[in-house]
Amino acid sequence: MTRTPIQLPQQRQFGETSRLGAWWLQPLLVFLGLGAFIVYSTWAAFQGAYYASGPYLSPMYSPLIWEGAGQATSGHNWLGHWPDWLPAAVVGLPITPAFLILWAPGGFRFTCYYYRGAYYKAFWADPISCAVGEPRKSYWGERKFPLILQNIHRYFFYVAALFIVILTYDALVAMWFPPEGMTYAQAHEAHALEFGFGIGTLVLIVNPVLLGLYTFGCHSFRHIIGGHKDCVTKAPAGKKAYECVSCLNKRHMLYAWMSLFWVGFTDFYVRMCAMGYWTDLRIF
Amino acid sequence: MAQREFRIQRGSGDDAHLETYTTDVGEGMVVLDAVHQIQAESAPDLACRWNCKAGKCGSCSAEVNGMPKLMCMTRLEDLPEDQPVTIEPIRAFPLMRDLVTDVSWNFRVKEKIKPFAPRKPDNEDGSWNMQQDDVERVQEFRKCIECFLCQDVCHVLRDHHLHDEFYGPRFYVYSAALEMHPLDTENRLEQLKDDGNIGYCNITKCCTKVCPEHITITDNAIIPLKERIVDEYYDPITKLFKMFKPKK
Ligand code: SF4
Ligand code: SF4
Ligand code: FES
Ligand code: FES
Repeated sequence: MTRTPIQLPQQRQFGETSRLGAWWLQPLLVFLGLGAFIVYSTWAAFQGAYYASGPYLSPMYSPLIWEGAGQATSGHNWLGHWPDWLPAAVVGLPITPAFLILWAPGGFRFTCYYYRGAYYKAFWADPISCAVGEPRKSYWGERKFPLILQNIHRYFFYVAALFIVILTYDALVAMWFPPEGMTYAQAHEAHALEFGFGIGTLVLIVNPVLLGLYTFGCHSFRHIIGGHKDCVTKAPAGKKAYECVSCLNKRHMLYAWMSLFWVGFTDFYVRMCAMGYWTDLRIF
Repeated sequence: MAQREFRIQRGSGDDAHLETYTTDVGEGMVVLDAVHQIQAESAPDLACRWNCKAGKCGSCSAEVNGMPKLMCMTRLEDLPEDQPVTIEPIRAFPLMRDLVTDVSWNFRVKEKIKPFAPRKPDNEDGSWNMQQDDVERVQEFRKCIECFLCQDVCHVLRDHHLHDEFYGPRFYVYSAALEMHPLDTENRLEQLKDDGNIGYCNITKCCTKVCPEHITITDNAIIPLKERIVDEYYDPITKLFKMFKPKK
C-alpha cells in the first residue's frame, strides 16, 4: 500500500465541537429508550410467570415451547411442562421460557443496521453525534472480530420472519375466549373456546402488524428480495415487491421504535391482566 | 440593515485561529455572501474557494456553526441570530490556508476504483437497451457534486484519520453507481472490502445527514454494498446457492 502522508488538523477531544444547540439530546434519548427496553425485557424474562392471561400470551414468551418451571398449564405451550432434563436455574438465576426464544428477536435487533448505527452512537460514542469529538483514538469498525459478526444479520431476519407468523397466530388465538366458569387451559383442552374480542386482542393484533412493518423493511430483506440484482425488473419477486420493501425501509427507524415500544407494552398489558391489576375489557 | 458577528478561521498550521468580523446582513443572504462582503470590507486576503454560488460545483464546503455545509446554500436567517456565526474549514483534509483545504486525496482515491466496464453493445450500431426502471436506482448517486462534505463528517476520516485504508462515503456512492449499473460487468466487491475497507463504516449516517444533494448514502449505497459483500464473503448458504446456479 502506498502511504501518502497528509497533515490533518488536530483530533478533537471527546465532546469537543463547534456545533450549537443540544447535539447530545438525540443520543441521550436513544440511550434512555433502548436502555429502558433492555432493563424491562430482562426483568420480564426473569419472571417466568404471569406471561399469559386467558387467550393472551406475552410476545416475550412466544412461542411458549414449554410452560415455565413450576407453572400451571396456560393452554399456550407447544410441548407441555418444563422438562426435567432442563435446569430451571443456573447459578441461582432462573431459566425461563423467555430465554429459550428471546435470543432470536434480540439478535435480530442487535444486528439490525438501524440499531447498530444508533447504539454505536448512544452507547459507544463512536461518534456520539455527527461532527463531535470521540473518546477513543483506536477504531476497528465492523471490519474485524467481534463486530464483523454483524454480517449474520440476514440469518436473524429469516428467524424473525418466522416469529411474525407465530405472533400473528397468537393474535388469532387472542380472539378465542373460555366460557364462563372455565379456565383458558380447560376450555382449550375441551375445545370449548368461544369467539370474542377484547382490548387485549387489539393489543395482540397491533403487535405483529408493527413488527411486520419493521421486519419486512429490513435492509437484508431489501437485498434478498431484489436489491442484489443490478436490474431490479429481473428481481425474483418482481420490481413491485422490491419497491414495497424499499418503502417500508424508508421508515425503518420509525417502525423499529414503534414495534419495540409495542412489544414491551404488550408484555406489560398481559402481565398486568395476569396479575389481576388490570381487567381486560371485552368489546364483544 | 442588521449587523451580525462572524468568527472565521484564519491562518494555517499552528497559527490557525478564529477571528471575529462584523458586517451588515440583509434578507436572503447566505454565508458565502457574508464571507465575500467581509473580504471586500475588511479582509481582502481571506482565502475561500467557491465557484457557482448555486450549490452545484461543490467547492464552497466549510463548517458553519460546526456542521459541514455548502456556504452558498446556507441562509443566515436559518442560523441562530443571538450567536455569532462560526465558519471553519472542513476538518478531514489538510488545511492550506483560512477556509481552503487540500482535497486532492479524494481524486487519488477515485483513480483507484475499477472503472465502468459495460457489457458488449446489444445492437449493431453500438448501443445498449436498458429499462428506465433499472437505471433509476443509480440515478440518485449521479447527483453527487463532489463537495466532500460527507467525507468531512465521516468519523472514520475526520476523527480516526484512516485515509490510507478507507475510501469514504463519497466513493462508496461512486462505487455503488458503477456496481449497480445494469450494463456494468466489473466486480468491485473485493476491492471495496479489502482496499476500501467499507467495513470501517459503522452506519451512523452522518454522511447522509450532511449531503446537500440529499443522496441517501448509507441506506441506498453503503448498506446495499455491504449486503453484496455478505453474499460473496460471509454467507455460506448464498455461496453454495451460487455455486450450483448456471453461469450466464
Ligand atoms: S455512515 Fe459510514 S460512511 Fe457515513 S459517516 Fe457514518 S461511518 Fe462514515
Ligand atoms: S455524496 Fe453528497 S455530500 Fe458526498 S460528495 Fe456527493 S454531494 Fe457531497
Ligand atoms: S436492517 Fe433493521 S431489521 Fe434488518
Ligand atoms: S459555490 Fe458552488 S456549491 Fe457553493
